[in-house]
This record gives sequence, C-alpha cells and structure tokens, in this order.
Amino acid sequence: MNTETNEMRQMIADTADRIFRDLCEPDVVNAAESGIWPTELWNTIEESGMTQIAVPEEHGGGGGSIGDAMIVLRAAGAYSVPLPLAETMLAGIALSSAGQTVPGGPLGFALPVDDEIVTLAQAGDDYVLNGSVGQVAWAIPGGQLVVIADMDGQECVALVDADAADIDAGINLAGEPRSTVTFDGSKVTACAPLGNQVDGETLFKLGALARSIMMAGALESMLEMTVQYTMDRVQFGRPIAKFQAVQHAMAVIAGEVAAAKTAADVAVHLLEAGEPGLLIEAAKARTSEAAGIAAELAHQAHGAMGFTHEHNLHHRTRRLWSWREEYGSEFYWQKVIGRTVSKAGGDGLWKAISDT
Amino acid sequence: MFQGLNFPPLDLPPECTEIRAEIRAFLAEERKLGNAKNIEAMSRYTPEYSERLGKAGFIGLTWPKKYGGHERSALERYVVTEEMLSAGAPTGCHWIADRQSGPLILKFGTEEQRETILPKIAAGEAYFCIGMSEPNSGSDLASVQTKATKTDGGWLLNGTKLWTSGAHISHYMIALVRTSPLDEKDRHAGFSQMIIDMKSPGLEISPVINLSGDHHFNEEVFTDCFVPDEMVVGEVGNGWNQVMSELGYERSGPERFLSTFQLFAELVDAVGDDPSDHEAQVIGRLAAQLIVLRQMSLSVAGMLGQGLVPANEASIVKDLGTNYCKLVPDLSRSIMAAMPSQRSSISYEATLASAILTVPSLTIQGGSREILRGVIARGLGMR
Ligand SMILES: Cc1cc2nc3c(=O)[nH]c(=O)nc-3n(C[C@H](O)[C@H](O)[C@H](O)COP(=O)(O)OP(=O)(O)OC[C@H]3O[C@@H](n4cnc5c(N)ncnc54)[C@H](O)[C@@H]3O)c2cc1C
Repeated sequence: MNTETNEMRQMIADTADRIFRDLCEPDVVNAAESGIWPTELWNTIEESGMTQIAVPEEHGGGGGSIGDAMIVLRAAGAYSVPLPLAETMLAGIALSSAGQTVPGGPLGFALPVDDEIVTLAQAGDDYVLNGSVGQVAWAIPGGQLVVIADMDGQECVALVDADAADIDAGINLAGEPRSTVTFDGSKVTACAPLGNQVDGETLFKLGALARSIMMAGALESMLEMTVQYTMDRVQFGRPIAKFQAVQHAMAVIAGEVAAAKTAADVAVHLLEAGEPGLLIEAAKARTSEAAGIAAELAHQAHGAMGFTHEHNLHHRTRRLWSWREEYGSEFYWQKVIGRTVSKAGGDGLWKAISDT
Repeated sequence: MFQGLNFPPLDLPPECTEIRAEIRAFLAEERKLGNAKNIEAMSRYTPEYSERLGKAGFIGLTWPKKYGGHERSALERYVVTEEMLSAGAPTGCHWIADRQSGPLILKFGTEEQRETILPKIAAGEAYFCIGMSEPNSGSDLASVQTKATKTDGGWLLNGTKLWTSGAHISHYMIALVRTSPLDEKDRHAGFSQMIIDMKSPGLEISPVINLSGDHHFNEEVFTDCFVPDEMVVGEVGNGWNQVMSELGYERSGPERFLSTFQLFAELVDAVGDDPSDHEAQVIGRLAAQLIVLRQMSLSVAGMLGQGLVPANEASIVKDLGTNYCKLVPDLSRSIMAAMPSQRSSISYEATLASAILTVPSLTIQGGSREILRGVIARGLGMR
C-alpha cells in the first residue's frame, strides 16, 4: 500500500472516530435500541460521504475502495454505532455493480440464503418481487430495501420501498432490527442484473468480511474498556489490574484481539489485491471465535457492574454475540474451510494453507 | 494505544516465490531419503541433512557473503524456515546456530569470531546450543549462578547449565554467565556471554532423557573450565541486554505454530477427502487458526526485517501459537479415535503419540506461557 493511500485511510479513520466519539455516546445507542432513529448521527456521517464511500462517483458514491469502507465499519464496530452502515454499503455495491444509481439515506439489505428464494418478474410496465427472506437487517418502515432476487435464473438487484413488503419485525441480541420480509407482488423502484464482478456469493462473503471488521473494532474497544476498568477498580487495597490472574486474563483477550484484527486486516488487504484465497473465510471464522472468548473474559473482569444495563460493556458484547452468527458463524466457515483443505490431502495441506 | 497489538498485513515480495520453489525442490529430494514428516522437526538431529542444506545455500541466508552468508532478506529466510518445518525435515543440528547464535555473533561478536565461526555455521557444519537455564534458574533468568572468574588470558567457569537442547551434538555453546557478583540493586548487571568449545577440558556433558525416552536436552557441569578472552561475545557485563535481543529471534517464528503440523496433515489423510460436517468443521477450525497465526507471524517477521523490535507482538504469537500446537492433538482425538503409540505401524497413531508426548514442552521453553502473558500485560500498561 502506498503512503498516499495510508494517509487517506488515516484521515478516514480519524474523521469516523471523531464523529462517533461526539455523536454516538452510550445513551444514543440505548435510545436506538429502543427504536429511536439517531438522526443527527446518520446525517453527519452521510454528509461526510462515508455511507457510500466504496461506490463509484458516477453511481452516487465517494469513489473509494472496499478498504476505505472497511475503515468506517471498524470504527462503527468500536463505538457500537446503531446504524445500517454495513447494509447500506453492501446495498450500494450491489446496486452500482448493476449500473444503478445509489439513492441517499439508509438502505436495508435482503440477501436470500440456503433455500430462501425471492423472484423478480415483469408485470405490465412494472417489475415485482415475490418470496420471503429472513434475518433482513434494517428493514424499517418508511425506509428502502435492496434485495437480491432471481429472474429466470439470473441474479438481479432490486430497490424497493420497505412499505411495499410485509415486515415481521425482529431483533438480534443487540436490539438491531433483523426481520423476516415477505414480498407478494411488491413493486420495485429500480432493478437490473448484477454486474459480472458481483453475485450473491460474493455479497455474502463481503457481508462476512464487514462483520469481521466490525467485530475487530468492537473487540479492540472492548479490550481498552476492560483494561481501563481493571486499573480503576480497587479491591483488597489495590487496583485489580495488579492481580496476576487478572493480568493474564487481559493477555488472553489481547491475543484474541490481535488474531481477530490481523485476520480481518489481511482479508481486506488481500481482497483489494484481488487474491483473498481463504482469508475471508478464515477471518469470519477467527473473529467469531475470538468474540466469544474475549467477551466472556471481559465480563468476568467487570464483575457485577458489567452485568448492568447502566454500564455500556454490553453494547460491545451483545453485538459481538450477534455479529458472530451473521453471514455465517465460526462453525459455518470452519466447515467451508475444512471441506476445501480436506480436498488437498495431507501432502497438499501446507500448500493450501500457505498459498493464502 | 496499547503496545503489542500492531500487526500490519505483509506482502511477500516476488523473490520469496522463487526461493520457496527452490527449497520445496530440495525438500522433495530429502523426502525420498526419509528426511520428512517429523513432529517437532527442530529437535531431530541429522547432520547429513544439515550439511546438504548448507551446501545448497539455505543456512545463514541473511548474513553477509564474506562470512559465508547469502545476503537474502529476512522474509526469504522466513519462507525457507516455514517450508522446512511444515515438511517436517530434521532441522535440529543447525537450527539454533542459524536462528540465533549466528545472528548474535554477527551483531555483537568480534571480527575474528565472525570470520572463523559463521562460515562453518552456514556450511551446515558447526552446531550451537544455548546455555541459559540452570538448576535454579528457569523463568527467573537473572538468577543465573554459573560464575566466570578472570584468569590469565581468559576466564575460569564454574557452575551447571541444564535443559540444554542439542548440547550433545553441538560444537559450541553460547553461555550466559556471571562475570561480577550479584548486585541486588541491579540484578541484570554483571552478566556476559561466552562461546564455549564443547570439547573444552573441565566441561562434562550428560544426557537428560525426556518423557518420551528421547535424548534431546542435557546437563553440563563446568569445573574450572578455561574460556579464552577471544571467546567472549560482545562486552563483558552487557550479557543481559544481548540475551534479551536474542529472545526476539526466538519467539515469533513459524516453529511456534508448526510443531504439531505433521499431525494435522496425518489427520486430514486419515479423515479423507469427503469429511462429515463435524469433521470438516474441526479440520476447518485448525486450518483457520493456522492461516491467521501464519499471517501474524509473517507480520512480525516483516517488522523485524525493518529493524523494529515488536517484542509484545512476538509474545502474542508465541502464546497463541503454542496453544494452537496443543489444540491439534486434542481436536484430532475428538474426530479420529485411535490408540496413540509411538510404535504403531499406523502413521496417524504414531504421530498422535509423538504430538501428545511433545506438546507439554511447547508452553514452557523459550518463555513459559505465564511469563509471556506477563509481558503482554505489561504492554497493556497493567504492570
Ligand atoms: C524441551 C525443552 C528444551 C529446552 N531447551 C533449552 C535450551 O536449549 N537452553 C536453555 O537455556 N534452556 C532450555 N530450556 C529451559 C527453558 O528455558 C526453561 O524450562 C524455562 O525458562 C522455564 O524454566 P523452568 O523449567 O525452570 O520452570 P520455572 O521457571 O520453575 O517455572 C515453573 C512454572 O512456574 C511458572 N512461573 C515461574 N515464574 C512465574 C511468575 N513470575 N509468575 C507466574 N508463573 C511463574 C512458570 O510459568 C511455570 O509454569 C528448555 C526447556 C524445555 C522444556
């Protein structure tokens, strides 16, 4: 990576960090979880050009790269930002790949998986959607949704008003909207076949990468919070940070954070270089595994205080517990990787590992 | 904000692809001779292998040509090392000389030491061992008691070194000794490092057989053993700082996560190319962790190559890496039942046995898990 890119990225990171520090205080996260949209936070981040940073300028974006977008997502993870930033980014990438202009505002994202099917069909002058998808992130009334749908065997992307669909509203462990969305002849605003660089599978993997980066951000911030807590909390006449058992627990978290960060960063780096190998799969598997180990130890170090709603440790941990499941848990991706390397056999195993 | 969590992604430069192909070709020939598939390849001693490796130009890769080296980059050396270890080639003889004694001599040694010793190491003909630990000095290395007393033209050594890997096949030891008495106010002062010819009179080496029945480490008793002045490495009294810089080479290399790779490969073969869901998940967990550890270790190698000292990152790699090595036999057992036995004719069973009997040492040698976690906690500002 050249110095110019590095400086650009540092600027993006600093800007995102400043916006989130100022406008994403714990009470904003709490309010969002109870259903209050953080208008000022969204407007500020959208005005700064970060919501569609990876979309080409001619399609309404910032003309940056996936790596730039991932920097914003890492910061979002670190502050538990209660906005559909990953979803809006994925939706923008899908739309722009199909030559469509990306609208402003937050976008929900519906990607059918396993045996879920959404079809797109022409009906008179209109195109309509039929079918159902679960776990749709940020399908909120009055908002817009981007849907990946099948039209006669071709993968297409469609933009649709959320109000044109039937939304069975649900939430994940962090109170983020995750709904089952059913289309029954729902009229779309725009649609087109996905571009040849992008298909449902690559979008699913990009989603996995986005969650990996968000978890890396959340993990790092959780480590900082937790170490600080151990230095502030006094028992037996000294900060609990002075107890070796506590120090070693923090060292274990640090190891997990380091592994998660490296995995996510290298995956982004190799994706940009065009040869991600098994790194995206490994990144989601490793960050999801780290999430559970690190969150457990962080809670232990916080004692009863960390178990309260008042303390904001749970903003990180409930997201980690949610995000580790989304776009494939560690178990899901471990299976995928296991199948791949098993094909290589014992003699080919090292090559399969080191070619990444 | 914390020290020790910086792992920038590293791209291996093109020359690494070339040298990888070269070492793979070399190792393929060695495989035909049976020099492959060893668990803990760094403790398998095969002098003929090391000599051939030296002749082929794979030892002392980064050293200046005038000392027998090859002036290649640290990353090229990394690639050669990971290929040797993943192949399970018996790298024990030259391992310590190539990894840390040579670099130490290059950095702190006299011109004469460099000229006489380094070419022999690079040729795969001179082997080294590390004399740090003693019966009463393990994790607390500053408690080392072996004493060097000044005499005409050199030093007289008295004391005992213990757990010395490969002392019995080594030509030289680099020993950490006290050249001045302990100063309670500065426990790290008064140490020096000396190169000891293993054939010196007054040095008695005896084997310490390990739990698998193998002869790997040793005890050395020094009784008025004479070490000439020319064999002191670096400055008298600067031993502690020199030893600490040596540990940097030791903690983050691929050996820290590849010690049980042979078992992983055997497991994949035993399971076959059509694993069940559960088998695939377990194999994938081992593979995912390995892929990530390798990237962390590469990142540290890149920083070392730039002259940085990522001591905390290296400790994290060693802590995670050695735990990973222990996970391999545990998870292997969970999906592939077997009666482990070193005498079994089934290679999975024999390799599983070697792995089980090897892994206890991994989280002890080169800085125990507890010591490493202390280092990491210091990087977090907790101590
Ligand atoms: C296979 C093998 C090869 C070796 N090869 C060499 C060699 O070539 N050269 C050489 O010099 N040495 C060698 N060693 C020795 C190795 O460096 C020591 O074993 C190591 O430094 C630990 O010392 P110890 O065994 O005396 O354990 P101790 O230091 O006695 O530790 C015992 C236990 O107490 C824990 N402990 C100690 N201090 C603390 C503390 N402050 N806080 C918390 N826990 C603590 C340790 O972590 C460990 O779990 C080798 C060891 C092994 C196992």
